[in-house]
Amino acid sequence: MNMATNTAETIGDNHQTVGTPFVDNAKLSMRNVNVFYGEKQAIFDVGMDIGTNEVMAMIGPSGCGKSTFLRCLNRMNDTIEGCRVEGDLNLEGEDIYGAKLDVVPLRARVGIVFQKPNPFPKSIYDNIAYGPRIHGLVSKRTELDEIVETSLQKAGLWNEVKDRLDAPGTGLSGGQQQRLCIARTIAVSPEVILMDEPCSALDPIATAKIEELIAELSENYTIAIVTHSMQQAARVSNRTAYFHLGKLIEVNETEKVFTNPDHQLTEAYITGRFG
Amino acid sequence: MDKLHLDQHISRQYNADLEDLRTELLEMGGMVQEQIRDAISAISNADSDLARKVTTVEDEVDAREIALDEHCTLILARRQPAASDLRMVLAVSKITRDLERMGDEANKVATMAIALVDEGQSSQGYVELRHLAKSVLLMVDQMLNAFARFDVDAAMTVVREDKLVDREYKSSTRELITYMMEDPRSIGRVMNVMWALRSLERIGDHARNVAEHIIYLVKGLDVRHTSVSEMERQVSES
Repeated sequence: MNMATNTAETIGDNHQTVGTPFVDNAKLSMRNVNVFYGEKQAIFDVGMDIGTNEVMAMIGPSGCGKSTFLRCLNRMNDTIEGCRVEGDLNLEGEDIYGAKLDVVPLRARVGIVFQKPNPFPKSIYDNIAYGPRIHGLVSKRTELDEIVETSLQKAGLWNEVKDRLDAPGTGLSGGQQQRLCIARTIAVSPEVILMDEPCSALDPIATAKIEELIAELSENYTIAIVTHSMQQAARVSNRTAYFHLGKLIEVNETEKVFTNPDHQLTEAYITGRFG
Repeated sequence: MDKLHLDQHISRQYNADLEDLRTELLEMGGMVQEQIRDAISAISNADSDLARKVTTVEDEVDAREIALDEHCTLILARRQPAASDLRMVLAVSKITRDLERMGDEANKVATMAIALVDEGQSSQGYVELRHLAKSVLLMVDQMLNAFARFDVDAAMTVVREDKLVDREYKSSTRELITYMMEDPRSIGRVMNVMWALRSLERIGDHARNVAEHIIYLVKGLDVRHTSVSEMERQVSES
């Protein structure tokens, strides 16, 4: 039997996710999620939970739908023309795609950090202050100062930038810019932080700092991270979800996924037998 | 049959690395198996020349242990293996250690053979020795087959066999004590046979350890320190 060629028969139409996709303390709860780009279906009947204060890693080959799925969680896909999302997606019981739901506060509750650091062309201070200002979270300058400082501290950047808060955010190094983006996300007190390959443009040291940060942030936030680095998924996450051709193949404790996965496709992917 | 699909990585060099690891371990296993066989033959036939040959192989076995461990370290550092590949590297590293210990025990048997030849021939205790030796050799053979084929059933047979060897060892010891009680002059010689029996029993224990590592390698189950029936249950449920 060749593991690389039996994909079609392994994930047929009646595919069931193996492992433990559902948990008791779900922060985000997704059921029967299907995503279409025009005629093309990108996500097939995905169901899973992300637990409160859990770090969930999503892995899989390019084009498997992991980023598409992640972006459904704070409706980033709304901006893509022709993209249609079906199914139940709930944030603490509230329908993320409900007609009454305003996406602006949703994206404050469910923040996102992208692959490429994208600070605003403003000062470091204003990068952080922007969110609290537009969401009306502060009334006084001192409160804003406090939010800027705590956010930068939580993102592990305060000591490096405290003397140059007026300098442009774009002048920081790549790793610092990414931590600035994380600080910017934290500034609006989110409940969930989505990370879409947050370290793929960073060097190993900057990556290690972000990973350390993920571990610290997970004490207070629920984190979902899409990554191409399996070692990173193994290092930072509590549970790991493996996507393949738009289907959710397996969700299990990270320890289990990387030592003895339940599904042979997961095994084939993480051991480098196809990709 | 290659149940672990070791040859299907995108990287051919990775395939080759893992395949080499497997081949090297089997070579070391074959070497230790021969060492045990020769040691048993030396003590059964009072052949001190053969016994000396066993003791010289020891260095070669030690060198193999070090080489295999280095190979495992390199794969861990270069490839960061996961899942079955990770279990393969970990299992090989542990099996190597058990094989080396088995070689040490064979060495002890050979040393006892030399001592017994020096003390003069006697048939006392040799029947027990032959009997246990036969069972242990069978275990070692099955153990190597289980690894070569990644065969959990064969590994379970080794585990069950170890129980029998332990029982045989106990009853042989009892038998030898009666010899010593009947004829205290035989104590020195019979003690040598007892030490040899003890080493054979230890070889059986190491073979069982190896079988447990094979079960971990193939099934991902850690069955160390569990009873045979519990092990059977876990294996059948997985």
